[in-house]
Amino acid sequence: MRLFRPAIKHKKALMGMLFTLPWLAGFIFLFAVPLFQSLLYSFHDLKLGERGLEMSYAGWGNFIHAFTVHASFPRVLTESVTGMLIQVPLIIFFSLFVATILNQKFIGRSAARVVFFLPVIVATGVIASMNSDFLSLALGNVMESGNQKYHMVTSEDLMFFLVDMGVHPGLIDYLADAVDRIYEVISSSSVQILIFLAALQSIPGALYEAAKIEGATGYESFWKITFPMVSPIILTNVIYTVIDSFLNSPMSALLQTTSFTLFQFGLGAAMAWVYFLVIALILLLFTFIISRRVFYYN
Amino acid sequence: MLSPSIENRIKKGSWAVLRAVLLLGMGYVILYPILVKMSLALRGREDLYDKSIIWFPKHPTFEHFFYVAEKIQYWEALANTLTLSAMTAILQTASCALVGYAFARLPYPGRGWMFSLVILTLIVPPQTVMIPTYIHYRYFDIFGIFEFIGGQPLNLLDTKWPFILQSLTANGLKNGLYVYIFRQFFRSLPNELEEAAVVDGCGVFQTFWRVMLPNAIPALITVIIFSFVWQYNDTFYVSMYLTDTKVLSLQLSSLAEILRGNNPEPALTSVRVNAGIVLVLLPIIIFYLILQRHFVEGVERSGIVG
Repeated sequence: MRLFRPAIKHKKALMGMLFTLPWLAGFIFLFAVPLFQSLLYSFHDLKLGERGLEMSYAGWGNFIHAFTVHASFPRVLTESVTGMLIQVPLIIFFSLFVATILNQKFIGRSAARVVFFLPVIVATGVIASMNSDFLSLALGNVMESGNQKYHMVTSEDLMFFLVDMGVHPGLIDYLADAVDRIYEVISSSSVQILIFLAALQSIPGALYEAAKIEGATGYESFWKITFPMVSPIILTNVIYTVIDSFLNSPMSALLQTTSFTLFQFGLGAAMAWVYFLVIALILLLFTFIISRRVFYYN
Repeated sequence: MLSPSIENRIKKGSWAVLRAVLLLGMGYVILYPILVKMSLALRGREDLYDKSIIWFPKHPTFEHFFYVAEKIQYWEALANTLTLSAMTAILQTASCALVGYAFARLPYPGRGWMFSLVILTLIVPPQTVMIPTYIHYRYFDIFGIFEFIGGQPLNLLDTKWPFILQSLTANGLKNGLYVYIFRQFFRSLPNELEEAAVVDGCGVFQTFWRVMLPNAIPALITVIIFSFVWQYNDTFYVSMYLTDTKVLSLQLSSLAEILRGNNPEPALTSVRVNAGIVLVLLPIIIFYLILQRHFVEGVERSGIVG
C-alpha cells in the first residue's frame, strides 16, 4: 500500500491541474487580461477606429474628469455606495430573522418558503425599473409620475411619531429610510435567507436541548447559541449582498451609457476602477470588523 | 395566577399569531407587485380609468397579451432566451463542477492561490472588465493568429460564442459562486467514498464521474437553477454582447419605448407594459413552481454553508 501512495498522490495532483485548466485559461484571457487592459485604458483616451483601438496617453486626466467635470459621477458613486451601506445591515438582520422563523415548525411552512424564495427567480431589477410606470395607474393616478420611486409604505406618520417621542434625528432618518426600502430589502434578501436557513439547520440540536435543560429561554438560546453559530455565515452573506448589488446599482447604468452610448471608453474604465476600489475597500473593512467577532465552532 | 403550563401555551399561541401576521405581511410585499401586474394586464379598455377597480377587472381581456407578444416578437425571443439559458446553465454547471472538484479533492501545489483568484473574480464588479471584454469579442483574435494568416479579426458580437466561451471556462456571470458551492459540497462528502472507488479500481476521473458526481445532485440542481434563472434575467451581458438577437430581458426593457411611440395614451401603454412583464415572468415562475421542492432542498443540502 505504501508504495502506491505517492503514485496516487501524484496522479491526483496532475488531474487536479487538468481539471482547473479550463478555468485558468478563462481566468487569464477573459478576466486577468481584460482587468489589466481596463487599468491601461483608464489612463488613455480611446477611439474605436477601423482596425481596432487607437489609444493616446492621458495620464490622470480621466480620473480628474470623472470627479471634477463629469455631471453625475460623484453623485451616483456616493449614492451607490451609501445605498449599499444602508442596505447591507438591513438585509442581514432581516434575512436572519426570516430564516429563524422559516426554520420553525408551523403549518404552511413550505408555502411560506416558496413565497420567500420567489425573488431569487423573478428579476427584481426588471420589476423595480418598471415600478414608476405601473403604480401611477394602480393608485388611480393616470398622470405620468416621472422617475419618482414608489414607496409602498409612507414613513411620514412614523417619523412624526418618533420626533414626538424625542428619538435622535439621525436614527429616525435611518429608520424612515429602512421603511422606504422595505420592498428592496425583502426582495433582495432571498438568497441570504436561503444561506442562513442552511446554516441554522446545521446547528446540532443537542446544543438547544442542553440549553433548555439549564433553563434558558428562547430569547437567550437565540443570542447564546444561534447567533454565535451562524456568525461565520454573516460574513459570507455580507460579501454576497455587496456583490449582488453590483448589477442593479445606478452605477451600472451610468457605466454602460458612458462606454456604449457615448463611447468614452477611457472615462468609463476610470470610473469602473474607482468603483471597484471603493467596493474592495468596503469589503476589506467589513471583513476586518466581522472576522474579529466571528465564533468558529470547530 | 396562571399555572405555568397555561402561561406557556399562551406564550406559544401569541407567538404563532405574531409569526403568521409577520409572514403574511412580508409575503404580501413580495407577491404584491406580481399580482398587481397580472391584474393590470387583464384590464380591458373600459376599465382603464375606472377607479373603483382594485384587483378584479370588470371587463377582463387577454387582448394586451396578444398585442404585446406580437410587438416584442415574443415566441422568437422566448426560444432564443430559453436556448441561451439552457446552454449556459449546462456548460457552466459542468465546468464549475470540474473546477470545484479539483479545489476540493485534488490537492496540487498552488491550489490555494488559485482559489483566492476565484474569489477575486467574484468581488471585481463585472463593469470593471466590461470595456476590454467588449473589444476582445469585437476583434476576436487568438495571439494575433488570424491576422498573421492574412485574415481579419473575427467579430463575435451578436453570436452565442461569448456566452459559450465564458461558460465553458467557468468565467461567466457569478460563476465564482458556483465554483464555491461545488467546492464546499465536494469537501463535505466522506473520504470513504473516494477510497472505495479507488479500491474498486477507478481512476481519478472515473471516481469523479461515477461516484462523486451522482452524490452531488443537490449541488448540481442548485447550480443549474441559479445559472439558468440568472441568465434568463440577465440584462448586463446580453445587452453587451447581443445587438440584433432578440432575447426577452432586452425586448422588455425597450417595450415601453416602442409602445409609447405607437400609442401616446399613457394608461393603455402602462397596461400593455404590464402585460409584457407578465409574459416574461410567466415561464420562469412556472419553471420555479415545478422545481421549487428540489430548489429549496437542494440549496439547503448543497453545502453553501460548508
